[in-house]
Amino acid sequence: MTPLPGIRDASKNRPPDAASLNRLRAEVGERLRAVIPATGVLTELEQLRPFECDGLSAHRQPPLAVAMPANVDQVQAVLKVCREAGVPVVTRGAGTGLSGGALPLAGGVLLNMSRMNDIISIDQDNRLARVQPGVRNLQISEAVRHLGLYYAPDPSSQIACSIGGNVAENAGGVHCLKYGLTVHNVAAVDVVTIDGERLTFGSEAFDAPGFDLLALIHGSEGLLAVIVEVVVRLLPVPRHAQVVMAAFPDVGSAGHAVARIIGSGILPAGLEMMDHGCILAVNDYLDVGYPECEAVVLCEVDGTAEEVADQLVQVRDVLLAGGATEVRESRSEAERLALWSGRKAAFPAVGRIASDYYCMDGTIPRRHLADVLAEIQRLANTYGLRVVNVFHAGDGNMHPLILYDANLAGQTETAEALGAAILEACVAVGGTVTGEHGVGVEKLDTMCVQFSTIELAQFHALKAAFDPEAILNPGKAVPTLARCAEFGAMHVHGGRLPHPELERF
Amino acid sequence: MTRPAPEKDIAEALAGEVEQAFRDRAALCIRGSGSKDFLGREPAGRKLDVSRHRGVISYEPTELVLTARSGTRLSEIRDVLADQGQMLAFEPPAFGDEATLGGTIAAGLSGPRRPYAGSARDFVLGVTMLNGQGESGRFGGEVIKNVAGYDVSRLMAGAMGTLGVLLDVSLKVLPRPEAERTRVFKLSAAAALEKLTTLGRLPIPLSGAAWMEGRLYVRLSGSASGVSAAERELIGEPLAEKEAAGFWTGLREHRLDFFADDRPLWRLGLPPAAPELGLDGKGLIDWGGGQRWLFSALPAETIRDRAAAAGGHATLFRGGDRREAIFHPLSQAMLALHQRVKAALDPAGIFNPGRLYEGL
Ligand SMILES: Cc1cc2nc3c(=O)[nH]c(=O)nc-3n(C[C@H](O)[C@H](O)[C@H](O)COP(=O)(O)OP(=O)(O)OC[C@H]3O[C@@H](n4cnc5c(N)ncnc54)[C@H](O)[C@@H]3O)c2cc1C
Repeated sequence: MTPLPGIRDASKNRPPDAASLNRLRAEVGERLRAVIPATGVLTELEQLRPFECDGLSAHRQPPLAVAMPANVDQVQAVLKVCREAGVPVVTRGAGTGLSGGALPLAGGVLLNMSRMNDIISIDQDNRLARVQPGVRNLQISEAVRHLGLYYAPDPSSQIACSIGGNVAENAGGVHCLKYGLTVHNVAAVDVVTIDGERLTFGSEAFDAPGFDLLALIHGSEGLLAVIVEVVVRLLPVPRHAQVVMAAFPDVGSAGHAVARIIGSGILPAGLEMMDHGCILAVNDYLDVGYPECEAVVLCEVDGTAEEVADQLVQVRDVLLAGGATEVRESRSEAERLALWSGRKAAFPAVGRIASDYYCMDGTIPRRHLADVLAEIQRLANTYGLRVVNVFHAGDGNMHPLILYDANLAGQTETAEALGAAILEACVAVGGTVTGEHGVGVEKLDTMCVQFSTIELAQFHALKAAFDPEAILNPGKAVPTLARCAEFGAMHVHGGRLPHPELERF
Repeated sequence: MTRPAPEKDIAEALAGEVEQAFRDRAALCIRGSGSKDFLGREPAGRKLDVSRHRGVISYEPTELVLTARSGTRLSEIRDVLADQGQMLAFEPPAFGDEATLGGTIAAGLSGPRRPYAGSARDFVLGVTMLNGQGESGRFGGEVIKNVAGYDVSRLMAGAMGTLGVLLDVSLKVLPRPEAERTRVFKLSAAAALEKLTTLGRLPIPLSGAAWMEGRLYVRLSGSASGVSAAERELIGEPLAEKEAAGFWTGLREHRLDFFADDRPLWRLGLPPAAPELGLDGKGLIDWGGGQRWLFSALPAETIRDRAAAAGGHATLFRGGDRREAIFHPLSQAMLALHQRVKAALDPAGIFNPGRLYEGL
């Protein structure tokens, strides 16, 4: 088969003209229907609309076509068609990503994995589950609960997000301080590469020969290969878990108390924090009755009953010594879930007090918490928007939520500019622009702030090792050097120009 | 926080040597203290000595993060952490008093705690490294969660120095458990594997499980009360603290009498519940069943086929012919991908060529 003329242009930023797009759509649709059942191929504009964005809904673009493979053979067939035609492929799991990783390309096929949603096997002796990539995160724990096992990573989106998407983003959750991220809880993945080869990274043992390509595929945002099967590790459900909630008169002392808990040798299962704005929003949304203070800390400990009892005493002491004005602990499973419900509902609660919010994902060394929060407040005032904060306090992952109204002219842009400024503040204290949500299309510019030209070039070289013609999710996750040069021309901070070695455009 | 003396930072000199080797297309054998010289295929090339690039760069106990130069002695890191009641939870084997951090991560070896706490790569948060052109880059960072860019830092773990020269490494560290206790059971290997499968499904604070010479050793770590409760549940015979420490360290460092044997030593990575493979030789089970050591004179192919059939793989860990395959062979497609990944980081193929696989 020959490459389709004009398709390369369609993948570029330049908007392709409607007539040529329609020709391409018809041609690609036909080629796809020749290799997978027609019900798995969508090309009508109204069918494409539901796929035009992921969780970052400010960016929208219907794809050229949607392909919905039902098995690995069909994934291979779709990739073959796309490779031969030179049509880019954007893989989509459940579309809950918050950085535009699954944002379609006008001239690209959206490979929707949601039909591949079977749990293939459960191996209780080795504590593994083999699942298809479209299986939802929570579905796994539900399927193994009767065995006393569960899958530990628990992103707040766990009822909806897919395990393939979790691997592609290296998703975290409330419990990852103790139990790790997705990368720590996956034993193996099967991928299909752009040459149609099915490969296994990792194994059912604790390691595998060769390079740790299993680690490399985690967080690769669909740019290296398509994940077609995942073997996750299962853990025994802890016998006991209890949560302590503490109220603080300022975020600084809350931050110090968090550091002291960890310094005291306890590794909590969860350690979360919310600021005043978030507490108000949550109290308004649910009947959780968090104290109206400057910061609430939630600390969960789990393990055997004896362990939990011991650690609870210690945690209480540290929180009180750290200036907590009120400390409450769950006395039953219902109370534990109730105390968590506020934190888990933080996003929807904030969604109610603002017409739109924009969720950031910077991670910082925890000791800079108070300073960074103050800086965020200062930036919010400068940009004239409100910011409320939820925070995976244990691991330094912040989620400042920028409140704005997309219907007011210019506010979306202002929110994005404020977001970028917040991420730069995170990088400035030695942090990173994204802890768990990924770069997608959203943080391409801030990547230029975090990484040098050499590092970015290295990322591109790795991409080319897997996908030399850049068919898989091109333009996402890693900015081009040219883009950084352009961006650098606009952003000069502290007299230091990022990427001064690059030619300016 | 320790501020290192400037003479311990030799990154520039190392970069110069790599640049030169790149220009000359000359192979480099990256070396810390040489404690892992025995591992992998025969080393080749000019020595690149990283052992003088040393010192802890930063350590924040309340952040659970330590960053040190690659030539820093593992023993120094253990001491610095122990002073603050913390540890490297993957319990890396040193195989020598002078073992360095860089070699530890490059070899990617983990000790008895691996199934319960995680592996060397699991604790890598970031690295600064030189690529094959002598260019320095920082990947990952000093924060526990970080998904910006591909995970180049974890890719370095276990790559045996074939992808880059590690300059410094940031690791996640963990609090030392308050209490640690070992219980022993007299069991056959088959019965031990069965018991390990049952234990693996219990929510108890396991931190080690190994079978040797008719005895199953089970280690528990955690809060004092939690460990006592688990001990009561497990039953078995208690092992005195000193003896237990000797056993687990001896197992980690291969200093137990078991490891005195002239035959080639194989390391089998298997799904932990895999039954005994029935291979001729002398075996020891670690990692709750997931890692099995085997002294055997059987042909490599026999051992590898049997391990692969059980869902695992086999490495010739010590002894044997080091010009032949040492690590479990890759399929042709996987080897080709490995070669492309290597070329992306080390285009002239100068770093430890052939150490991991022939042609890589
Ligand atoms: C309310 C809400 C709360 C959230 N909370 C959290 C949280 O606590 N922690 C967290 O980490 N994230 C969180 N997220 C973000 C999101 O849920 C995660 O990033 C999730 O992992 C995305 O999974 P998905 O299946 O929706 O992937 P998608 O959004 O469909 O895709 C995400 C990326 O993965 C790629 N991809 C998807 N499937 C595959 C595959 N099979 N092969 C190759 N590439 C693939 C896509 O190309 C894209 O780049 C939250 C999102 C929402 C909306």
